[in-house]
Amino acid sequence: MSAPHEPALALEGIARRFGRRWVLRGVDFTVARGSVVALCGRNGSGKTTLLRIISTALTATRGTGRAFGLDLARDRGAVRPLVGMLAHHAGLYDDLTASENLAFSLRMNGERTEPARVAQALEETGLRHDANESVRGFSAGMRRRLALARLLLRPPALLLLDEPYASFDMDGITLVNAFAARIAQKGGAVLVATHDVARGAAVLQRAVLLESGRLVPMDLAAALAAPAAINGDG
Amino acid sequence: MSRPGEWTRVRAILWKDLVTEWRTRTSFNAAAFLAALIVLLFGFALGPDRVTAGAVSAGVVWMTLLFAGVLTFNRAWEREIENGALEALVLYPGDVRSIFVGKVLANVVFLLAVGALVIVVAGILYGLPVREAGPLLVVVFVLGIVGFVTLGTFYAAMASRLRAREVLLPLLLFPMLVPLLLAAVEATAALLTGDLLGNAPQWIRLLIVFDVVFAVATYFAFEFVIEE
Repeated sequence: MSAPHEPALALEGIARRFGRRWVLRGVDFTVARGSVVALCGRNGSGKTTLLRIISTALTATRGTGRAFGLDLARDRGAVRPLVGMLAHHAGLYDDLTASENLAFSLRMNGERTEPARVAQALEETGLRHDANESVRGFSAGMRRRLALARLLLRPPALLLLDEPYASFDMDGITLVNAFAARIAQKGGAVLVATHDVARGAAVLQRAVLLESGRLVPMDLAAALAAPAAINGDG
Repeated sequence: MSRPGEWTRVRAILWKDLVTEWRTRTSFNAAAFLAALIVLLFGFALGPDRVTAGAVSAGVVWMTLLFAGVLTFNRAWEREIENGALEALVLYPGDVRSIFVGKVLANVVFLLAVGALVIVVAGILYGLPVREAGPLLVVVFVLGIVGFVTLGTFYAAMASRLRAREVLLPLLLFPMLVPLLLAAVEATAALLTGDLLGNAPQWIRLLIVFDVVFAVATYFAFEFVIEE
């Protein structure tokens, strides 16, 4: 976060094509520091594609994006330490235990394994008693908690949450929202791709709708009152 | 890989691959079983004549390692693709080439273990003078396997996101391996026949050259292969 005047995220004309199909057709979007924004839209509207472009996992076919002033394509190496993503797939290793997965994550961040940090992240996500269990036996919710614990080890400045409320129980949802609020309070930003803005009502500050490959502003209060609008139906 | 912490990342990948393989033994069991079976089947195909078997044994051993290696390389990246772990790996801060180096080291360990099994089984079945060939045979195996694994791990990464990766990998890899295979087979054959003409050192030097060329080329090209 080297340029304090730059927004957390600024996208200009982001477009992405898979084969002949344009999923994104020119997304212009700015996310200020300290904000938590909901990204809504129908299934297949391109929410995950947009998050993957912001995370630098994918490159845009057209357009430019900047995170904290750094170009998403050109400065990919500098952007990655700033961005963290809770994706659909947890990206965990089934044959390692929960604590081994976190220790591996620490080392992949170039850090030393610190059992105290691993234990704290597991404690915060309610997985302390499962620390030495193989991930293979974990439920979908436990896997998501462990993926969240991995982010807790190294809180990002720009947090991308892809359907974060799916698979979580009420405790898990509270946990995700508290983490998002913490990132925003520290001057970071959070982008939440969700069909379920009601579950994020405690932390969401505004919402945008992804429709026909473009972003349109959305009235968060109206979306909370009329859930059909969340999926672009109303 | 100049950043501090890159060797920590390499060791993390190596540790993770070895631990998961030790717990499941899916790659090693499949590769070792296939390798033993190929050597055995060649034994039947070549018949009881030990002179004939001895003459072609170097080629049989290396072809067996090639087939066993393809299984290992495919599995090494499949493990990452399951549950979206590959994307998570790439997104960690740091040089993505450390992922490649860690994978290569893990695959070298796997294939050295398979290679040891192959040479023991082939030694017994074909009556090869493995002990007499001595430490130079070990050097040839290590050099051959390092070059093979470097190229195999690279091409497996290239094919990993494709639907027909199991079919594509040998099609991409085998033609590129011809010079290395030739050097490895000739060096092994020379050592197993007593190296009367003193050819082995020349082939070993060639193996070293191939290893260096493959390592440098794949290391610098890996980023373009793994990033989407």
